[in-house]
Amino acid sequence: MTVNEPASTLDTDIMEVNMGPQHPSTHGVLRLKLKIDGETVVGCEPIIGYLHRGTEKLCESLSYPMVEPITDRLDYVCAMSENLGYMGAVEKLCGISVPERADFVRVIMVELNRIASHLLWLGTHALDIGAMTVFLYCFREREMILDLFEEFCGARLTYNAFRIGGLLEDLPPGWTGRCRQFLKVYPACQKEYEDLLTKNRIWLKRTKGIGVISGEEAVEIGLTGPSLRGSGVGYDVRKAHPYSVYKRFEFDVPTGENGDTYDRYLVRMEEMRQSLRIIEQALDTLPEGPIRAKVPNWLKPLKGEVYHSVESPRGEQGFYIVSDGTDKPYRMRFRGPSFANLQALPQLCVGHLVADVVALIGTLDIVLGDVDR
Amino acid sequence: MDTELLLKVAVSAGKVMTVLLVLSGSVAYLVLLERKVIAFMQSRLGPRRVGPSGLLQPIADGLKLFLKEDLVPAKADKWVFTLAPVVVIIPAFAAFAVVPFSGESFDVFGLTITPWITDINIGVLYILGISSLGVFGIIMAGWASNSKYPLLGSLRSAAQLISYEVPLGLSIIGVLMIAGTASMVGIVEAQRETGWWFFVPQFVGLFIFFVSGMAETNRAPFDLPEAETELVAGFHTEYSGMKFSFFFLAEYANMILVGCVATTLFMGGWMRPFPSVEALAWLNFLDFVHPFWSGFFWFAAKLFLVIFAFLWIRATFPRYRYDQLMHLGWKVLLPLSIVNVLVTAVVMLLMNSGSSA
Repeated sequence: MTVNEPASTLDTDIMEVNMGPQHPSTHGVLRLKLKIDGETVVGCEPIIGYLHRGTEKLCESLSYPMVEPITDRLDYVCAMSENLGYMGAVEKLCGISVPERADFVRVIMVELNRIASHLLWLGTHALDIGAMTVFLYCFREREMILDLFEEFCGARLTYNAFRIGGLLEDLPPGWTGRCRQFLKVYPACQKEYEDLLTKNRIWLKRTKGIGVISGEEAVEIGLTGPSLRGSGVGYDVRKAHPYSVYKRFEFDVPTGENGDTYDRYLVRMEEMRQSLRIIEQALDTLPEGPIRAKVPNWLKPLKGEVYHSVESPRGEQGFYIVSDGTDKPYRMRFRGPSFANLQALPQLCVGHLVADVVALIGTLDIVLGDVDR
Repeated sequence: MDTELLLKVAVSAGKVMTVLLVLSGSVAYLVLLERKVIAFMQSRLGPRRVGPSGLLQPIADGLKLFLKEDLVPAKADKWVFTLAPVVVIIPAFAAFAVVPFSGESFDVFGLTITPWITDINIGVLYILGISSLGVFGIIMAGWASNSKYPLLGSLRSAAQLISYEVPLGLSIIGVLMIAGTASMVGIVEAQRETGWWFFVPQFVGLFIFFVSGMAETNRAPFDLPEAETELVAGFHTEYSGMKFSFFFLAEYANMILVGCVATTLFMGGWMRPFPSVEALAWLNFLDFVHPFWSGFFWFAAKLFLVIFAFLWIRATFPRYRYDQLMHLGWKVLLPLSIVNVLVTAVVMLLMNSGSSA
């Protein structure tokens, strides 16, 4: 054949585009160095560190109770989980057992926070793909949760709500009623989002088959949380290494099949329903009693080390503490799920279009405060 | 000098000025309408600070844009950069020259003033031709900005506009075949004569026209050229102040234009619903002022419907991806519009042979 093939004679150059750190869809200060051929991504290099605050080093100069507000600022979208993880680690280190009521309240708060966090994820993810209304609907319901938090601990984002050995304050009077009110209202709201998205043809086109990652690859990279479960691996710290009082509640761990953006979306939607189930059970069986164990004000754990992890909305949030017997940790290390999940991004992006990159950042659900620390 | 000619020029100039002013006002208030309608759909309130329930917001916005510093990036091509918004906005407004806003002329000082600037026998072609000039401005803007995101945005936009021009043009062919004329006024008259508005026999055409029109005006879900979550702001990323507002005005003017064309071609233009049913004559209730206003009222009402649909869709759907958009344009809408033309032709042929036999 002597037919000229124009495609082969056209020279194309690879263009480098900086996405971020100030870009509307990088959800914070993530910077991506994209190599694009036309609109196809051929390379993607995440550049992080714009939000680095030296938290781990900072903790070495603070006493144990003083670290808690710092954990709020790691993954600021689900500060309750961070609080719970840190408390769990310190309590394990010092051998403190927490009163039952405190444990129940903690679980309620963490699960509410999981819903709030997933709502923020859903809203921004949908906004990135262009569905603007879902974003505002999500924030409407998130507001209700934040109101509940505000009533409980006075803060809406950085809660600093728990204390070593329990809680600072009990639930305010009438709080459980208002929480039940939310549980009653919320399922209809979630149906609204699903009506707008789940079977929407454009949404399906934009998410199905985008950013496919197999279970083995996901485990290799170190994905955790919904990003891992979307690929069919049912690893959930709440089930695998139960902490707090999760053993007492019935809930399912939803998993996807194809490991694409759509499955990860479905997993997160189902997780919100499961969180509702947990909260409902916890409210039904909420015991009376003290809310805080006796803990010395000047906490001096024995020499040793401890690792404790919790299932944050983004995945496995681990806390590793080395104690040298003084009132300050010798070394503190946080295992942030966002950091590990971000590692999957270059692999997911290659071969997709620029428009998919924002969908993929959204589907990994990273929080830069957790990536950079 | 010939006084008659002078008068004609004066009347035309007056009409052009009126249309320009009314259009600019409508564009400004369309922005407010969009914000209000979408706010309502998203359980918010929208702008309500400036004036009673936000009614003066467009004026405040305009003033703000006017007073903003007019930045030209240091490495931009200054001339092309400045020219681009002009190239975009002129066709957007010029296309309105052939839109018939109402059916009844009125007399002032013995002069008959028609409610359209001009009625040329290729009105539809004129609109298609003029409105596709805007793409040059977009390419110029993207290129002259000398920046990567605008370049990507403008290339997307150019590809999109050119692709959707084809089904857009073909979707109108059916109407032209039934009406037998390409004059905008003639098409409305043809709808009076045939008895049905053309969206009944040409519902496929209307659908294709509507979708392609949405793509032509860069409206969601086809707003990729300025997909803010992907390309920051697309081709006008580097623009500010009045230059930016030109792009902005042009986009909304184009939206109104698509609405006007849809109204005229498919929905009976200025006619009231069921124009042949005498019992519904009271629908022209503005006749007591002047029949012109009745026609204008119905024209505006239909235009509002179309534009409301635009806004509704924007609030509902996610955005298409670039390749999916091209797929939709070339592999779905284009064959569909060709089939539509063929079917229309066959049906017309059969009906004509039936009536002559």
